[in-house]
Amino acid sequence: MSAPPVVDTTVAPPPPGGGWRGKLMTARAGWLGAFLVVLVVAALAPFFLGASYQLPLFTKYLCYAIIGVGIGLAWGQGGMLTLGQGLFVGLGGYAMGMYLKLHDAGPGKVPDFMNWSGVEKLPAFWEPFRSPVVALVAVIAAPIIVATLLGLLVFRQRVRGAYFAILTQALAAAFVILLVGQQGYTGGTNGLTNFSSFFGIDTYADNGRRELYYITAAVLLVIFLLLRLVVLSRFGRLLLAIRDGEDRVRFLGYDPTIIKTIAFAISAVTAAVGGALIVPVVGIINPGMLDIVPSIELVIAVAVGGRYSLIGAIVGAIVVNWAKSTFSDNYPSAWTYFQGALFIGVIAFLPRGLSGLFWSVRDNVPWLARRLGVWPPRRAPGADGAPPPEAGAVLIPGQGAAEAKEAV
Amino acid sequence: MTSAAPISSSAPADEALLAVRGLRVVFDGFVAIDGIDFQVNRGELRFLIGPNGAGKTTLVDVITGLTKPAAGSVTFAGTELVGRREHRIVRLGIGRTFQTATVFEELTVCENIDLAASFRLAVPALFRRRKGISDPVARVLETTQLTELADRKAGVLSHGQRQWLEIGMLLAQDPRLLLLDEPVAGMTKEERERTGELLQQIAEEHTVVVIEHDMEFLRRFARMVTVLHEGKVLMEGTVAEVQADPRVQEVYLGRKSEEGMAETPAGQLEAAP
Repeated sequence: MSAPPVVDTTVAPPPPGGGWRGKLMTARAGWLGAFLVVLVVAALAPFFLGASYQLPLFTKYLCYAIIGVGIGLAWGQGGMLTLGQGLFVGLGGYAMGMYLKLHDAGPGKVPDFMNWSGVEKLPAFWEPFRSPVVALVAVIAAPIIVATLLGLLVFRQRVRGAYFAILTQALAAAFVILLVGQQGYTGGTNGLTNFSSFFGIDTYADNGRRELYYITAAVLLVIFLLLRLVVLSRFGRLLLAIRDGEDRVRFLGYDPTIIKTIAFAISAVTAAVGGALIVPVVGIINPGMLDIVPSIELVIAVAVGGRYSLIGAIVGAIVVNWAKSTFSDNYPSAWTYFQGALFIGVIAFLPRGLSGLFWSVRDNVPWLARRLGVWPPRRAPGADGAPPPEAGAVLIPGQGAAEAKEAV
Repeated sequence: MTSAAPISSSAPADEALLAVRGLRVVFDGFVAIDGIDFQVNRGELRFLIGPNGAGKTTLVDVITGLTKPAAGSVTFAGTELVGRREHRIVRLGIGRTFQTATVFEELTVCENIDLAASFRLAVPALFRRRKGISDPVARVLETTQLTELADRKAGVLSHGQRQWLEIGMLLAQDPRLLLLDEPVAGMTKEERERTGELLQQIAEEHTVVVIEHDMEFLRRFARMVTVLHEGKVLMEGTVAEVQADPRVQEVYLGRKSEEGMAETPAGQLEAAP
């Protein structure tokens, strides 16, 4: 106290947070850094993965990630457990497949499988798909129309939970039966296959596979960023509110039917886009890819990754499908059991999936490290910004305010 | 009961903000509301009391569209409410709270209030991100004294704070009629006091109907009281009139006992078993 003021100004207290290092090490910067690392790794992936086998496989996982992030929005954020995403994957996939088939067949010709079934004239609903523009518009519009009609009907009647899940599943099954039954028009069980190119990209060449990979990765990135905006917007908050208390939201003056339908339609579009991209990547679209089992596998992947987080949904889709490929290569019969065990394990021990695991590790490691003496103990509270108070210690502001008034 | 005569004769119809006429609600053969006529005028603070099963919450449920009546009409500023969906009724300007405060625990206090304040936005505008705290939301935070907790998740709030948050969400909707269902149930004495002050503050600018049977709270803050019993209006009047009425005492205590009622220690008017 007796020191002259000059000393005080020269030995000014360090800026809160520890200067530039503190500024750089915020949570936001950490996420941004991780995001950039992922981008760089993703950009370099084609140089490390074999272009003939590994890279197309990884591209396929990214397609599943696109579908998964949509499931994350509908299920994780909106509480709509959709077990029939195969329906929308199929709408996108077949729209794309039909165009590719007609492109290969050439003007005025019918696709090869129609010849085999004795269909000589192109059915009317195929005709528009000669145009790539129509096909791309259909990939977006068809799922929106179907999901909107379905949503308005179902959500207005307050169908939800298990009933909604079963309904979506039944629709996927019905779609598959329709496709299988119309052999001459849809290719039946075999589906649509034997594509030679995708918008000028040779899907059998290494170069073409790299291009497909970059396209898919870019689409995933754009969809992730868009859905992230949706989640962070008021709409996203409202969706969360509907998930946790749909009936209460009505008394806030909102119609949950509209909000849920929009979210469902968004998830349907992402599924269709993922489905449309799978077609050139794996070179086939058939009913077996859209049936109930693959639809549920998608949901399991999202659950494993963490349905409440969009990143979790992406990670889950990639990890689970990678595990599936790896395991079923080595132990073909064991994968199904392993997948079942994985799902039960996640539901029982990790309800928030891998992303939940990440958060609990992140929250507990500093505590553990301090306990073990690896890290120095926490500085006195208030030294660098007051630490957030514990959850149980919420002040009743009224009492605080009353005391303050009395003190004045 | 003959005392359930229409009150409409006492006030001109155009003054009535809310008018309930000949309302009847039946649940699986059980008559929950048996011909209620009930009116709330603009600017009024009305208390609704009655023993368990009297039909208080059912009445609010019918007004807000949660329950469909078997017969009768509910008009709000001349508009028929029966048959409208819940969110439409909210959009006409009626807001309510629930007996057990239901707030969105995963959202912050501020987000809860902001959502309540935003229902008039068109759907495309909802896709914009909330930037900071808007003035109406800040005012509500101030009124309910939740400003310090604005960025905390609603899940960590205490019971009393949840009730205030719910009242705050109701205020943020800026309704013309507020229906509060037992706002002080389960609150501590101080919390009840604060809620009462908040209520008086709100009643200065709004029309409010409060369901409450905390007698002490009623004595301190109520003006006009409507007593419901077995789905009918038993009587209407000031707190003193209601307390002095032998029928009310009979309903609450099962027998005539003037002192018993006035001195119920906890102030609870709940019917004795």
